[in-house]
Amino acid sequence: MIEIKGLTKSFGKFKALDNIDLDLLKGQAISLLGPNGSGKTTLIKSILGLVIPEKGTICINGHVVKNDWSYRSQIGYMPQIGRYPDNMTIEQVINMIKEIRADHKTYDEELISGFGLDKVKNKMMRNLSGGTRQKVSACLAFLFAPDIYILDEPTAGLDPVSSELLKEKITRERSAGKLILITSHVLSDLEGIASHIIYLQDGRLMFYKTVEELQLSTGEEKLNRVVAHVMKTELPSLKSRL
Amino acid sequence: MKIIIKYVLLDLLRNRIVIVYTVLLAILSVSVLGLDANPAKGLLSLLNVSLLFVPIITILFATIYFFNSIEFTELLLSQPIKRKSVLLAEYAGVAASLAGAYAIGVGLPLLFLVSGTESLILVLTGILLTLIFTSLALLIFVKSRDKTKGIGVAIGTALFFTLLFDGLLIAFIYSFGDYPIDKAVIGIIAFNPIDLGRVLMLLQLDVAVLMGYSGALFKKFLGSATGSIFSLACMVFWVILPLLLSVKVFKKKDL
Repeated sequence: MIEIKGLTKSFGKFKALDNIDLDLLKGQAISLLGPNGSGKTTLIKSILGLVIPEKGTICINGHVVKNDWSYRSQIGYMPQIGRYPDNMTIEQVINMIKEIRADHKTYDEELISGFGLDKVKNKMMRNLSGGTRQKVSACLAFLFAPDIYILDEPTAGLDPVSSELLKEKITRERSAGKLILITSHVLSDLEGIASHIIYLQDGRLMFYKTVEELQLSTGEEKLNRVVAHVMKTELPSLKSRL
Repeated sequence: MKIIIKYVLLDLLRNRIVIVYTVLLAILSVSVLGLDANPAKGLLSLLNVSLLFVPIITILFATIYFFNSIEFTELLLSQPIKRKSVLLAEYAGVAASLAGAYAIGVGLPLLFLVSGTESLILVLTGILLTLIFTSLALLIFVKSRDKTKGIGVAIGTALFFTLLFDGLLIAFIYSFGDYPIDKAVIGIIAFNPIDLGRVLMLLQLDVAVLMGYSGALFKKFLGSATGSIFSLACMVFWVILPLLLSVKVFKKKDL
């Protein structure tokens, strides 16, 4: 579904992404991990066409991402920080996106009712808490039932109930054969969701493995312990090889 | 694109600053026009106030608005829309609401108190200046990486055109006063949209004493009609050029 070849991007002298090759397939739920500044957001933004890569290609369902913007109709994006025009109501924001995507007539509004946003739809965006704004972002990402979801820290700022709701939704979408790409620092939130793990460091791809593979090689069960184990034992040797 | 313009307008028409700006302009217009029995003097004072405040308020408000909408712009860009459409729609929304504020704040009082061609030209000048400085704000937004820098450049730009430019022009005229520089000065004035606005209005008012050096030059060399068309054309150019540049830069910008 998403094929990335030799992707490189630097900001000035700083290499945010260094020759990344990835092949992401249908039905995978990929957790994108790495320390701050490792290039996770740059990778996501490159896929969305928000950051323009220097070298390399990104193909989505066979379409090369460059000047053709139509591929973005297949992606649902939930940004890390959602900020909206102050004086728009929740309903207006949702309607606007619906009007922009006039080609789409069926909507997945499960999350809107699940989060109870339909009850506060006339609230102005400036009066919303960070968590509620996050819920609006989540609803927008799922609204058109796209084939690919890109979720940047989706559960950050959500209350436990909403967080669970969102996680259930992600799991359901994954079993429906969608491709899901998540970044999160809260590893326990990814438990049971993630099927694969991509680890980035200093803009380089350290590994791209299934969770089972990692569980086997580390002998740990829980995701956070698996990752901690890998970071302590495997990463240093990986780094020396690169 | 129309949809985005509609919603940006929807947001800005309820924006407190835009509302306060409209009301302030209205109070100012009514009080300035009521001060003097001679409507030409009233129009002139209003012109001076507009030339001083419209550029700086417009460029500051627009720059801050564009920077505050970065995350929203990203969200829009994650939808299947062209970058160009998103940027131009945001420009149109901001420019239309600020121009509307000027049209209502200054235009309405003028319509009731001093209606006539001169008033129409003043409103036109104000609206053109709004469009120009929103356009410059957009260029500043796409060119600068962070908000603080952007706002700094915006203030600098406004001050350059309102104060510094004329100072430099006067210095130029004094230093080369012995040479035939009249035509060169007309050319230089085309580089300052605020001066162009002033000339446009003064040619219309025909108050020779108040026309100043630049206005008199325009009248002498171009005549009222040609002078007006020339300055109008230059101002339209000032709207379009930064817009085209912004679109070009934005196409390659990393968000």
